[in-house]
Formats: sequence, structure tokens, C-alpha cells
Amino acid sequence: MTAVISERPDVRPVADPADPTAHLSDADIENIGKELDALREQVIASRGERDAAYIRRVIEAQRKLELGSRAVLLFSLFPPAWLAGTAGLSIAKILENMEIGHNIMHGQWDWMRDPKIHSTTWEWDNVSPSDQWKHSHNQIHHTYTNVIGKDNDLGYGIMRVSSDQKWYPFYLGQPLWNFVNACFFEFGIAAYDLELGKNLQAGRRDDPDFRRRAKQVLRKIRRQATKDYVVHPLLSGPSALHTLTANFTANLVRNLWTHSVIMCGHFPYGVDTFERSSIVGETRGQWYLRQMLGSANISGSPFMHLMTGNLSHQIEHHLFPDLPSNRYGEIAPKVRDLFERYQLNYVTGPLPKQVASAWRKIFLLSLPNNAVEQVERAIDGFPPAKLLRGLFNRVRPA
Amino acid sequence: MAVLTGPTRGAFASLRARAARIAEFVTTPVLPSDYLDMISPLRASADLRGRIEEIHPETSDAVTLVIRPGGGWRGHVPGQYVRIGVDVDGVRQWRAYSLTSRADSTDGRISVTVKAMPDGVVSNYLVRRARPDTLIQLDQAKGDFTLPSPRPGKALFLTAGSGITPVMGMLRNAVTELDDVVVVHSAPRSSDVIFGGELRQLAATRQIRLVERHTDVEGMLDLAELDGIVADWAERETWACGPTGLLDAAEQRWSDAGVVDQLHTERFRPSVIVTGEGGQVTFSKTDTTVDADGATPLLDTGERAGVLMPSGCRMGICFGCVAPLRDGAVRDLRNGEITMAAPGDGVLIQTCVSAAAGTCDIEL
Ligand SMILES: Cc1cc2nc3c(=O)[nH]c(=O)nc-3n(C[C@H](O)[C@H](O)[C@H](O)COP(=O)(O)OP(=O)(O)OC[C@H]3O[C@@H](n4cnc5c(N)ncnc54)[C@H](O)[C@@H]3O)c2cc1C
Ligand code: FES
Repeated sequence: MTAVISERPDVRPVADPADPTAHLSDADIENIGKELDALREQVIASRGERDAAYIRRVIEAQRKLELGSRAVLLFSLFPPAWLAGTAGLSIAKILENMEIGHNIMHGQWDWMRDPKIHSTTWEWDNVSPSDQWKHSHNQIHHTYTNVIGKDNDLGYGIMRVSSDQKWYPFYLGQPLWNFVNACFFEFGIAAYDLELGKNLQAGRRDDPDFRRRAKQVLRKIRRQATKDYVVHPLLSGPSALHTLTANFTANLVRNLWTHSVIMCGHFPYGVDTFERSSIVGETRGQWYLRQMLGSANISGSPFMHLMTGNLSHQIEHHLFPDLPSNRYGEIAPKVRDLFERYQLNYVTGPLPKQVASAWRKIFLLSLPNNAVEQVERAIDGFPPAKLLRGLFNRVRPA
Repeated sequence: MAVLTGPTRGAFASLRARAARIAEFVTTPVLPSDYLDMISPLRASADLRGRIEEIHPETSDAVTLVIRPGGGWRGHVPGQYVRIGVDVDGVRQWRAYSLTSRADSTDGRISVTVKAMPDGVVSNYLVRRARPDTLIQLDQAKGDFTLPSPRPGKALFLTAGSGITPVMGMLRNAVTELDDVVVVHSAPRSSDVIFGGELRQLAATRQIRLVERHTDVEGMLDLAELDGIVADWAERETWACGPTGLLDAAEQRWSDAGVVDQLHTERFRPSVIVTGEGGQVTFSKTDTTVDADGATPLLDTGERAGVLMPSGCRMGICFGCVAPLRDGAVRDLRNGEITMAAPGDGVLIQTCVSAAAGTCDIEL
């Protein structure tokens, strides 16, 4: 990479390696903003039939897959049926949450004006009601991306994911919290959309707005659970128990998968976090820059991108949250070129590498900062760690 | 065969309702209908849709679409219009078109006839790009541009361009019930007359008296000439449909003669007369804010911003587009009247004929 950069006459050397933006002048930052605005306009002007056909095709395929898998699970007593049905349903649920639900609720398809595929009408296969998710995700997370104390996605309020966050003994357990959160991720999302931690404190519990939203969540949980754990098992007759375990497994697989993908978006090494004060009076260019530095991509095949809901293009998604997801891959080369021209670190890597990187951070940051260095030194001297690092190329940047 | 009587039928209905509720538990969070739509989009219980089955050219820039409506179609009265939703370049667009088919057609199909407008999004799509077998969205027929019963003794149809469409709908259905019909129709040239052959045939068989005005040659029709063309026009029940200029002139002429209550008009677009300063428009439910000029209807502004705007005729007659104005000011484009709302008021406005008159907040 460095070799490529130095061959380019339009790229200036980095001034201060500690601050990844130190070499950029205010004018540079505003030019980045202008370039990205122009890119956005290009995509918007060319949205059309092809894109509409794409999302309709994905929705149709997902519904057929879900229907087919559930039909196969009616006979889940037979192990091959259980396996095939569970695999199909897991994929269907992942598609529904990621490429379809997440992106529709971002308003990526609102321009089609189809009331059936619209952010204001879509309800997803997840215990978090779409209204609440849209608020916490679109308004809080996407606006305050990686700003410590503002962006709840950053550690979901239960984890320390930046050495700039203050350490408490509670964080010692964070590898465990993170694993439990991964298994029951949809409930984790619902809880933090409800801001459960804050709202369960005395005095807030009786807030009528909180109670209304809590009721809404409970209703959604009931409906989701009735479907997966009562109605479909009952429909399966003698296969009832097997269908129940199949549905539980599909939900678990979906939870683990979405959790991993989302962890890869902002946790891996190389991704920056920001101080609350750094966003005061932020310009459009600075906002873009924060999104560029605060997100990480996942590299992989087209199927992989589809299964991540194109959140594998997390950088592009954070720059343009409401552009159709099928366009992120198309603009990625241009975005990457912009990173290179302005000497910024485009964080990307295959899924196993990014997941490992995120988990490493979670383990290390469960300890106070001074202990982290000691542990890191110890790990670095430990032969199996070297081996592992070789395997994943480079979990941590130099 | 046994006929279901009251209580049995009631039991069946409640059984069906219960089955539907269970089905919802099977498919939640989507609806059973979302799955059924993939297989049978035209079934009676579905949102009303239609399938374009045939497309026939009428003139060089007009076509007739023959549409198979879904099972929920409730029929129409000749002269009424139907709203059609088509996806043009991936974007759902709704427009109104007058029904030109027989109301009692044996095959259950309906037809509309569309003339391409310069730069018109939907009309050009339908005339030049749409293909048979396309699924479209429909709404039930509406409108009161229809013939009364008993039928009038003497009728005059005053039309121009695509304005012939609702009139053709009436003639095809009721010409035999009308004793004395005059059709005065304007089009640039003879070949531009939509349904020209059929109208001339009706004239040849003396079912109507047809006066064609070819404006490229003879110039625009001046209603001052009307006495010379249809001497007894003031005695006739009149239906007029065409461009704004023609309709405005007709209203003037008929009211000058004191017979304006015999004149029925159908407008295809609102007559915008007043525009002004625009402002920032917020669609609060969708959480979208955009800048709008003072001439663009809020309906268009919202649609362009991806807001799900309810709509109907798009020209101020059906009230299908009404939404609460929560705050701010809007201008009625037809007369310049300003409507204001204080926070929380929720004054109802017609978005298709209202534009921003400063900052405003629409509850959509
Ligand atoms: C009750 C009713 C019945 C109608 N019946 C028919 C019908 O049977 N056949 C038919 O062809 N149309 C009919 N129309 C008109 C139709 O609904 C559309 O307005 C028309 O097809 C233009 O739509 P567009 O998307 O092509 O144009 P747009 O993209 O909406 O407009 C493009 C340009 O054309 C102008 N424009 C729009 N409409 C007209 C017009 N009518 N005359 C002149 N300029 C216009 C606009 O101001 C704009 O500058 C009817 C309208 C109404 C309200
Ligand atoms: S759409 Fe008919 S009145 Fe506005």
C-alpha cells in the first residue's frame, strides 16, 4: 500500500502519525466533503428501474426461501429436513434483517414511493419494534458515530471499546457480556433501543413514554415468540419439538451473524473514536471525515456482501446511509481512491480477521489501560500468538 | 345445493376471521397478503391492482390501454376516471385517467386512453414504454363528470385534445339513449383526433353531429363563434373537457349567458394562478426537511423527498391528498389564499394545490 501511495504525485506524506488527519488542511477537509457530496448526487441521479428491480428481487427471494424452509421444517423430525430447513431459515432471517429490513428502515428505498417498501411502514423480523430501532440507530448512532458518550452503539453501554473510555471493574466481564449479547443480540438491540440501563434507574421507571415503549417491545416479543415457538411448532404436529429447536437455532445463528458483522463495522483496530467536544460546530466535511475514520469494511464475495446487508461496505454506508445498498459496492472503488489521495486509512479485511480484531479489543480493553500494555507485551512474546497473527496477517496495525 | 342461512353464514365468517388472525401469527411481522401477492396479485381481497393486457395506438402520441382490473374492482359510471399507479424508472407515480371502456363490458376489462404530454413523466411512459403484461396499481373509479338520468334531451360535448376521453366513455355507453348530441372537438390536425374514426362513424350514422376543429389550419376555437356552430348551445346540457384556456372561456361564456348551471367541466390539471415565496418544509412523521419554492405543490415536494404522500386527482377536487398542517403557512395555488397553523393545530390542507409560504410542518 505504501509503495502504491508514494508513486502517486498527488499524495502528500503524512505529517503526524498520531493524528490520522493532521496532514489535512481545512480546505482539504471541505474538498473531501464536496467530492463526497458530488458522488452522492451522481448515485441519486442514476437511481432507477435497475435498483427497484434489485430490492424487489431480494424481497421475493427471501420470502420464497423463508416459506420453503418453514415448509420443510414441518417435517423436521427427519434430520435432513431439520438441517436443510434450519439452514434455509437462518439465511432467510439474516437476509430479512440485514439487506432488507435494516436498509429499508434507513430509507434507502423510500424514493420508490412504494408503501410496501418504505421506512415508515416496514416492520422487521426482530424483537425490537422498527420505530424504536429507527430512532436509536438512524438518529443517534448515525449522527454521533463513534462519539464517546453519545453513540450508544459504541459498546452498547455495557462495554469499553476505546482506551479513551474510563475503566470500571464491571468491564472485566465484558468478553462474557459481549458473548451473551451476541447470542441474544435482538434482545440486546431492543433493550438498548429502550435505553433500558438508563430507564430502569429509580425515578425513570414510571415515565409514561418509557412505559409505552416498553409495552410496545413486550408486544413485539410476544408476537415473535408466538410465531417461532408456538404457532410453527404446533403446525408441525409430530415434528413440533424439532421445529422449535430449528427456529431457536435460526434465531441464534442470525443473532451471532448480525452481531459479528456489526462488531466489524466500528470495533476493529484502525477505527477511530471521537471526543464529545470534537463534534461541536462540525462542518459537513468534518462529519464525512468522522464517518470515514470511524468505520471499517469487510472484504469478500458478492454473496458475503449480500449476507451482511452490504454493511460489509460500512464506510460507504456511513457516508451515505440512505443510498440503496446495491450501490455501495459500486462506489467503493471511488471512495477508496479518495482515502488514498488524502492519505487516510481505509480499514478493511476479511470477516475472520475483522472479527478477531474486534474480539481482541474487547478482551484487552476489559483491563485498565496500564494493564493492557503489560498484557500486550506478554502476548507478543507468546509463540502461539505470533502464529495466530501470521494467520490473520496482521490483527493490529503497527 | 344447500344455501347458507344467517347463523351458519355468520359462523363461517367468524371462522374465517379467526383463521385470518392465526395466519397473521404465522407470517408476522409481514401479512399473509404479502405472500399471496406473490402468487395472485389480482385476487379480490388484495390491494386493487390491474394488469395491462393490450396497448393500441390511437394517434401518433396517444394509446389506449386495455386493463384487467383485480377482483376488487367495483365498476364505473361512464365519464368517471380511475387513478393509476405505475413505476416509472423505479418510482411509483399516480395519475388520473378517464375510463373509455363500456361500463358493462363482457370480459370485465377496462380501458383508458392516454395522450403523451411534452416532458410528461407518466403519459410518455404509458404511450411509448409500457408493455402488455405490466402490473399496475389501481384505485376505484371516481368523479361526477357523468350523464344524469333521465338523460338530457339535448346534449353538447365541447372538447379538445385528450379531453375527448371521458366524453368517448359516455358516448360508447349511452349514445343510443341520447336523442340529440353535438360534439365540438378541437385538435391540431385531422390525424390528431383521438377516436377520429369512431367519432366520424357515429356522425355518418347520424347518432351525433360532429364538428371537428383542426386548429393548425383553422386556428383556435373562439367561443364567440359558438352561435354560428351550434345555434342552440344555450339550450343544451353541456359537458366540457380540455385545456385550462378552453374551460375558463367556457365558464365565462356560459355564465355571461346565465346558463352556467348547464355546464359541467372536467379539468385535467389545476389552474395555478398565484405563486410566491417558498420556505422550508418539514414532513414530521417521516422526519424529512426540504427547501421548497412557492410554486411547487407540497404533494410534489413530498414525493420527491421520498415521503409517502396520499394523493388522488392531483388537482384539487377529490381531497385524497389532505394532510394536517401542524405549523407554519401554506399558499393555495389556485387563489393565493394563505392558511396558517400554530404549533399543534393540525389544520387540514390539500397538498396537491398548496405550496409552502414560509416554513411549514406537515404531519406526514
Ligand atoms: C380527472 C382527470 C382525468 C384525466 N384523464 C385523462 C385522460 O383520459 N387522458 C390523458 O391523457 N390524461 C388525462 N388526465 C391527465 C393525466 O392525469 C396527467 O396529468 C397527464 O397524463 C400528464 O401526466 P404526466 O406525468 O405525463 O405529466 P407530468 O410529468 O405530471 O407533467 C409534465 C408537464 O406537463 C404539464 N402538464 C401536466 N398535465 C397536463 C395537461 N393535462 N395538459 C397540459 N400540460 C400538462 C405539467 O405542468 C408539466 O409541465 C386526467 C387528469 C385528471 C385530473
Ligand atoms: S389529490 Fe385530489 S384534491 Fe388533492
